[in-house]
Amino acid sequence: MCGIAGIIHRGKSSGVGSEMTDMLQALKHRGPDSTGYAIYGDIGDGDLIMRVKVAEREDLDKGSKIKSLIRERIGEVENIVKEHATIRSKDQATDYALRYVLSIKDKPAEMAATIEEVEGVEILSLGRRLELVKDLGDAAEVASDYDLKSFNGTHAIGHTRMATESDVDIRSAHPYWAFPYNDISVVHNGQITNYWIMRREMERMGHRFMSNCDSELLAVYTAHNLSNGETLEESLTKSIHEIDGVFTYLVATRDELGMAKDTMAAKPLVLYESDDLIAMASEEVAIRSILPQEIDTYDPYDEEVRVWHT
Amino acid sequence: MAHLSDSELKELTQEERVKALGMTTEQLTGRSMAIEFDPDEKSRFVYPWAPDVDYNKRTEIDADDGPTTEINTRIRNLMAEGYGSIVIKNPRGKHGLGVGILNRLNLIFEGSLGYFAVGLNDGPNVRINGRVGWSCGENMMSGSIVVEKNAGSTFGAAIRGGDLVCKGSVGSRTGIDMKGGTIIVGGDTGALSGFMMQRGRMIVCGNAGKNLGDSMYDGTIYIGGKIQSLGVDAVPAELTELDKSWLHRKLSLYGMVPEQGIDHFTKIVAGKQLWNYDNLEPTEKKLIL
Repeated sequence: MCGIAGIIHRGKSSGVGSEMTDMLQALKHRGPDSTGYAIYGDIGDGDLIMRVKVAEREDLDKGSKIKSLIRERIGEVENIVKEHATIRSKDQATDYALRYVLSIKDKPAEMAATIEEVEGVEILSLGRRLELVKDLGDAAEVASDYDLKSFNGTHAIGHTRMATESDVDIRSAHPYWAFPYNDISVVHNGQITNYWIMRREMERMGHRFMSNCDSELLAVYTAHNLSNGETLEESLTKSIHEIDGVFTYLVATRDELGMAKDTMAAKPLVLYESDDLIAMASEEVAIRSILPQEIDTYDPYDEEVRVWHT
Repeated sequence: MAHLSDSELKELTQEERVKALGMTTEQLTGRSMAIEFDPDEKSRFVYPWAPDVDYNKRTEIDADDGPTTEINTRIRNLMAEGYGSIVIKNPRGKHGLGVGILNRLNLIFEGSLGYFAVGLNDGPNVRINGRVGWSCGENMMSGSIVVEKNAGSTFGAAIRGGDLVCKGSVGSRTGIDMKGGTIIVGGDTGALSGFMMQRGRMIVCGNAGKNLGDSMYDGTIYIGGKIQSLGVDAVPAELTELDKSWLHRKLSLYGMVPEQGIDHFTKIVAGKQLWNYDNLEPTEKKLIL
């Protein structure tokens, strides 16, 4: 089933970490397996934020060696990073999840590719504003582990996952981003039926996939279109005709948030829009969790595409 | 068949063929013109265990005080105590509120509801001073539901009776599989509205999305605005004076008669040429489709 949510503030930063946590917790019943956030915070020019995981949570149950293995992987990651960047700060939210603020010296794409050659390591996000956090459990647990309640930013998307097409692990959790395109993230509710055809097409063009989850295709597809000069709105509109299946998905970029709904309108989305705030979710109860006052909401129609700017 | 040969039928448009084959439309006649919902009508079916409630006996429930099942149980308990008017405060988009009520009751929600709101009901008059999510009024048997703002998809799925009214716009697949009753929408409706509709009437004052009335078996759809496209076997029919009279009276009940009147409405009915209407072989079917 899965639940998706998005929020964007126009012209200001706000407590999007706390807001998205409340929204996702209200959608817990739609997806109890994992919870994920793509949050767009503020950072100075010239810096990149890298979120990386060096193991799956379930790996921690695989004996005493995993701890030393994790330490080795972190060491390898940091050695690679130091060849391309200066580590300005480092946080470790869990045994396997780290956050680095980097001053890049050169070739961030090469750095990212080399890091992902380390066995068991996956970059969750590498961006100027995007921070991607995902883990098993509900929003309250993930927000607590990663200290997301105090996270300020302009916009965010999030996802509660009920696994149907792939495993219950962090790798298969949403949101997805598209390596190495910075700051694009996607959450999706639905099922893409021409996934393998489209994936092979993307792979032939040189894109890499980190999971077997059909939703990752939307991130790669969007990143590909944007890198070819299309606007987010153009990409979303095109996707309705090129992607088969039933889907509603949200895309966030550095300063935009967009939505697209498939031709059957089979997956729900409720929208609230005001002059300074736009909120959307699979169910109204998520929007009500942050806007308890009486508000006007509506369901977008089939093939509807919308894009909002910060 | 009106003495038309197969070759003559093939020359006609689908709409002309439908009329020539005498399969046109449900006609508004007799009691279908006269019946409007009246909660006090003596002849209304009442379940033997239904408590006798007094509409003047009124109370409130704060939905913040408990989960959905607890609130629904409290509604039943209050009806057993004779309360005939119940106001639900702070519903905040909760799902499944006010369902399975088989009794006379005035039920008022002060706020918006989530999915599957006030479904499976037989009798109550419901007013929702907010919005509803997907599948509002599903399988409703009788009574009325009035939503003051917008509604989600599958509004009135499989309803059998009563009036289901949304003063705003609704999502897709409105009235899917409806088997009776009336759905009224003040704004627009999405794609595949009236899909597999079997009986009843749907009035949409605004526009309709694509594939309107797809595979409808029977029933009537009235659209006040533009129709993006008709579905398979949905055909326009003449808006008769009886239709106009009924539309006016029905919309007047809820204060929803459009400023420009109802003469501009388009009437859509089942062409009744799908496989389920006769025993023709596929090759024979090709002659008339």
